[in-house]
Amino acid sequence: MAAISVSARRKTEPPAQENPSQGRAALRQRLRRHLTGHGFLLGALLCFACFSWWPMVREVIMSFQKTKRGKTTWVGMDNLDRIFQDPDFWHAWRNTLLFTVLALVLGFAVPFAVAVLLNELRHAKSYLRVLVYLPVMMPPVASVLLFKYFYNPSYGLFNNVLHALHLPTSAWLNSPDMAMLSVVIAATWMNMGGATLIYLAALQGIPGELYEAAELDGASLLRRIWHVTIPQTRLILSLLLLLQVVATMQVFVEPYLLTGGNGPQNSTLTVVNLIYQYAFSFNNYGSASALGLVMLLVLAGFSALYVRLSRTTD
Amino acid sequence: MNRDRLLRRTVALAAAAGLALTAAACSSSGSSSSGNSGDSGKASAGAALDPNTKVTISIDCQPPTTKPAERKEWADDIAAFNKQYPNVTINAKDASPCEDPAAFTAQLKGKTQPDAFYTYFTDLSQVLDADQAEDISAYVNDQTVPALKDIDPSVMATLKSDGKLYGLPTTNYKMGLLYNRKLFKQAGLDPEKPPTTWAEIREDAKKIAALGNGVNGYGDYSATNQGGWHYTAELYGLGGSMTTEDGKKAAFNTPEGKQVLQNLKDMRWTDNTMGATQSLKWPDLMTQMSTNKLGMYIGAPDDITYMVQTLKGSYEDYGMGPMPGQKAALLGGADYMFKKGSTPDQIKAGIAWINFKYLTMGKGQFDYARTKADGLPVGLPQPFFFGGATLDADNKAKAASATVPVANYAPYLAVQVPGKTEPANAQQIYKVLDNAVSSVLTDKNANVDKLLSDAESQVNQVLANLQ
Repeated sequence: MAAISVSARRKTEPPAQENPSQGRAALRQRLRRHLTGHGFLLGALLCFACFSWWPMVREVIMSFQKTKRGKTTWVGMDNLDRIFQDPDFWHAWRNTLLFTVLALVLGFAVPFAVAVLLNELRHAKSYLRVLVYLPVMMPPVASVLLFKYFYNPSYGLFNNVLHALHLPTSAWLNSPDMAMLSVVIAATWMNMGGATLIYLAALQGIPGELYEAAELDGASLLRRIWHVTIPQTRLILSLLLLLQVVATMQVFVEPYLLTGGNGPQNSTLTVVNLIYQYAFSFNNYGSASALGLVMLLVLAGFSALYVRLSRTTD
Repeated sequence: MNRDRLLRRTVALAAAAGLALTAAACSSSGSSSSGNSGDSGKASAGAALDPNTKVTISIDCQPPTTKPAERKEWADDIAAFNKQYPNVTINAKDASPCEDPAAFTAQLKGKTQPDAFYTYFTDLSQVLDADQAEDISAYVNDQTVPALKDIDPSVMATLKSDGKLYGLPTTNYKMGLLYNRKLFKQAGLDPEKPPTTWAEIREDAKKIAALGNGVNGYGDYSATNQGGWHYTAELYGLGGSMTTEDGKKAAFNTPEGKQVLQNLKDMRWTDNTMGATQSLKWPDLMTQMSTNKLGMYIGAPDDITYMVQTLKGSYEDYGMGPMPGQKAALLGGADYMFKKGSTPDQIKAGIAWINFKYLTMGKGQFDYARTKADGLPVGLPQPFFFGGATLDADNKAKAASATVPVANYAPYLAVQVPGKTEPANAQQIYKVLDNAVSSVLTDKNANVDKLLSDAESQVNQVLANLQ
């Protein structure tokens, strides 16, 4: 046994013996080379530690604390109890899930359809690509103001159009039933350009021969999409879908700016809006952190799924 | 030791040391950086600031450059103040708005507010919870603030906790009924006699809405906590209260509380005098009124300034009447507090400045001749916190330099409705009531009784959590 292990060890050793001073110089050189690289890495790590990880750690700590008259006390699960008892908690989750589902139906399907159309175009492709991307360049507040005008029940564009077509008008953001859908429509318009470009990039990665072969076989546009486009982009699409789920569940800006964060009868109160209200309306950082922690755990589940899927795509 | 392992260990140690230093740097950010507050200064806290004292103090709410006249007045006042106190340096912080609630909350958390910082009357409990204000009881007396005895006690009460004083008022308002005189005339109503009860408001609103062309008779907020704020004002007008006296339980699920919601629901759906556009928030109603699309709403006198200066309306078109019901009018306002850790000299210098700028007849904001010369409005019933000899002097000076039609506010001034401050933890309570108000304005079938009892249990829960 001893002889075998010695010979095995010998096999792993360097073939030639180095001069000790040469070895030290090589080590110094490697150390210098690695330290430069790791030095750069350290900068990024410090930034992440200070601005991403530390706030997360603080959030977890604050979830179990209460601050009153400058004194911070540990309150165990009280903050979590409080948020679970709050009727707005379930309301906000219902609204968030509704937003996510609606945003996926609209925000996933519409940009994908537009990307497929753009990909199929022979002429004016770049021009149309810029046009589709334009709303993303608009500041969100400007877009929101525009949509607030469109949605105005008295003089808004949408109701004027519906009225002209002799169709029933809607109260849009003023209606508890329509408010969330109205927010989703606006959000989809505001964010569609970015998603479309990502889908377009995925579509352009599909080898052209596949389409040519399908065309030679007499496949129509719909058949080409069904048999070539979707199977070829399936994994990337599922990744983007997951990323969209994670992003849409954190929606804040659109409902906050369009409806003040609550909407009629709390119909647009989302989880992040509720976190904001706990922190900045109620000054209750403990409850805000506890709700943030719950959200973190839910989103971590989706993120784990994303990591698993991205490994599959690798 | 294997060279690769040595290399990895060196890098790992360096990274660990870096992270530890980072964590230490992050966690040390909460330490106080304020100046000392020596006992020597506190011993003579009641005395006015010695003009020879050299002290620097930061103060926020300097008017922004978009308000050149107010900014110029601020600079002139500092120059005048420095003639009396040449060694006091005021570091002014430009701010518009003077307080943004979300930013203010963050400032308190980060302890980054100025030495003398602007707050609303409703902020006291938040500031004390953050342990961010100095007790100034020992510094404020008839010598340091000569007009102190004439300041409305209900205003001073909003700045006290456990008998200790934490701030000095700079402005305040009492809510009332704002109305559009132009639309009143067009609807055949007498603009000199605004309605004083909700029944009268409903009748007048119908006549105004009948003008058509998108004109609404009455309007109200129902979003971003302002629905709850106006609900409170309207409840006070009818004699109700939001909480019990000890502030531990909700007290609005009463006939008066129901009347407020039922009245709004009736005006919205039965009378159809409030229009289809709801979920309104500040300054939506002002925008509607300044474009002559709204007849009446509950508001404060400074709304008129906003409608004229920002929205380009005309002073002639607006009038004010007393709060409907007239049992009490919601009272609000703003003040300055002093950052925890301010030195006695900083507190004295701050009080001297606030006294000069905001609490002395003929000076600062009460220099009406200058205000008139600068093209700013004179004659609005605001600030409204003085009584006694100071109020008389104020009224005389105001009348002498009036630039706005003061007669338009005569109905408001003729009835002295007692002021009533906002409930403690107002924003939390308002947020709950927002839902009730927005429900009756957006849902024809809203159940007023259920909305009120749901709101009551939610507010009770909020209050229990705050104990």
